Amino acid sequence: MNIGQAILEALESLGANKLRSGLTILGIVIGVAAVIAMLAVGAGAQNTITGSISGIGSNLIFVFQGGMSDSVRNPKPLTVNDAEALRDVFAAPDIEAVAPVIQGNAEITYNREATQTQIFGVTPEYATVRSYELIEGELINSEHILGRSSVALIGPDVADALFDRREGVTGETIRIEGQPFRVLGVLAPKGGSSFGSQDNVILLPFSTAQTRLIRRSRERVDVIFIQAVSADAVDRASQQASEILRQRHRITLGEDDFTVFTQQDFVATAQTITNVLTVFLGGIAAISLLVGGIGIMNIMLVSVTERTREIGLRKALGARRRDILIQFLSESSLLSLIGGLIGIGLGWLIAFVVGRIAAASGTDLNPAVGLDAILLATIFSTAVGLFFGLYPANRAASLEPVEALRYE
Amino acid sequence: MAEHVIEVTDLAKIYKMGEIEVKALAGVSFTIDRGEIISIMGPSGSGKSTLMNLLGCLDHPTRGSYLLDGEQVSDLRDDQLAMIRNRKVGFVFQNFNLLPRATALANVELPLRYAGITRGRTDKAKSALEAVGLAERVYHKPTELSGGQQQRVAIARALVNDPAIIMADEPTGNLDSRSGKEIMELILRLNKDLGRTVIIVTHDPGVAAQTGRVLRLRDGLLEDA
Repeated sequence: MNIGQAILEALESLGANKLRSGLTILGIVIGVAAVIAMLAVGAGAQNTITGSISGIGSNLIFVFQGGMSDSVRNPKPLTVNDAEALRDVFAAPDIEAVAPVIQGNAEITYNREATQTQIFGVTPEYATVRSYELIEGELINSEHILGRSSVALIGPDVADALFDRREGVTGETIRIEGQPFRVLGVLAPKGGSSFGSQDNVILLPFSTAQTRLIRRSRERVDVIFIQAVSADAVDRASQQASEILRQRHRITLGEDDFTVFTQQDFVATAQTITNVLTVFLGGIAAISLLVGGIGIMNIMLVSVTERTREIGLRKALGARRRDILIQFLSESSLLSLIGGLIGIGLGWLIAFVVGRIAAASGTDLNPAVGLDAILLATIFSTAVGLFFGLYPANRAASLEPVEALRYE
Repeated sequence: MAEHVIEVTDLAKIYKMGEIEVKALAGVSFTIDRGEIISIMGPSGSGKSTLMNLLGCLDHPTRGSYLLDGEQVSDLRDDQLAMIRNRKVGFVFQNFNLLPRATALANVELPLRYAGITRGRTDKAKSALEAVGLAERVYHKPTELSGGQQQRVAIARALVNDPAIIMADEPTGNLDSRSGKEIMELILRLNKDLGRTVIIVTHDPGVAAQTGRVLRLRDGLLEDA
């Protein structure tokens, strides 16, 4: 008896008990749909997070003050001079640009409108390093730094809050902590990042911010952004930065009193977190698939008992052990395969709906049903059918023909 | 080819129920010639069913030898026995034992499927149905057929693989007297016209009287005729 015939016969006998087969399939449908949907949402979350990290800029390296552990004593702060030293093309040939930043919070007012936002004191390199673009106006240049100009680049969210528009606001005067600043330009929207909004910000010339808004002792800076010359050079650039800073901070032995983090590090961390999330969700979903499999086993056992006489007859007519085994295994795997296929469709639908709901509530989440997830679900559900069909099929195949024929 | 299609020597089947041994068949010896039609009779518990199961290769004997169509089958493994059943034995049961969801044709095709025959399968099955006078009912399902017609389908199924023997277990037991008569006539015709070897297990003396020879069993042993 060949496989094609076995499948036809299996379809026939499943069709004879439509309600029962349908309910059994439903168990698998729910399991597979859950797995597909969960993996899709997980993948979507991962894409969103890694996408937002990439949105910060390209080939970025972040230098923070303070070490990775608490054992560092008297950590030296990062200073403007540190940033200057990193610009050394000979000691750090893989570093393209360096942008020291100080940051704080401030209240911004324009006429009667007021908003709370993050302010950054930046150098001209900052816009390039963070890949900020402008809707209108101009970027901060070195003259603004030298002249400690009272100018500000405002983010689109700030423009919305103060002016209700994003264009035609250049030249207006806003007040930051009560001090007047001329709007130099409006930043193009970049969307959220893992470090809070990139659109609800105000960029000021470094010197202006340092002297008038964010007071920091001894030329201190909060973060130094470094851009490597290319994606391949990121690791070398971060090593060069570390070496320069160790020298300047006189650390010959022991741990660094600063932390160098590359963009890839963030991506890797985020991926680890979302992977754990995906595995966790997928694992829970897989349990329902397992329950569906037990449903198949249950129904197949009932079916074997019901059809004991039929099995006896088939054996009397010359069916071998293998023939009976194939007959019942093809029924159980067909149940789970059909369930799996419907489940993939339903899971895709659920993922789509979740994406829509997320979009409607303002979260940028695009669940992605990958080919791997579909393949995994198909293989896994068929395997479930085979595995849980094995015991009932084996039971059927092991029936003694004499006993089976006598069964009432 | 051997003259005897069946040669049984000291065939026994002993069940162990705990400490007690139950001799369902205590050791019988007989031969059946090719083209013979015989019946096996005996009261219930005489070992009649056990003998039928052994002759039909459905069960293993505890001891003794059984030559079927020149092949020693008493110590074959399960799958080998399945093949012997498929090729050499055609079964006709008291309650027909047809697959209820399959057509008459599909039921008759079943032994051919297990034999691995694909080419000419439908034609073979159709001509077997023709031989039992059901050429018009090929695509009917068992529920659409009368008891007598169902038993004819079962006989066609028993014939289709061209077996060495046909084992009929109370073939008229579930039929009214008229259909029963027709079925007996059919079986007798198969024996006479086509030269089939037929073994009928029955407790109906009327049926047994129509066969050439009667084997009587009592307490697991053959009574002398």
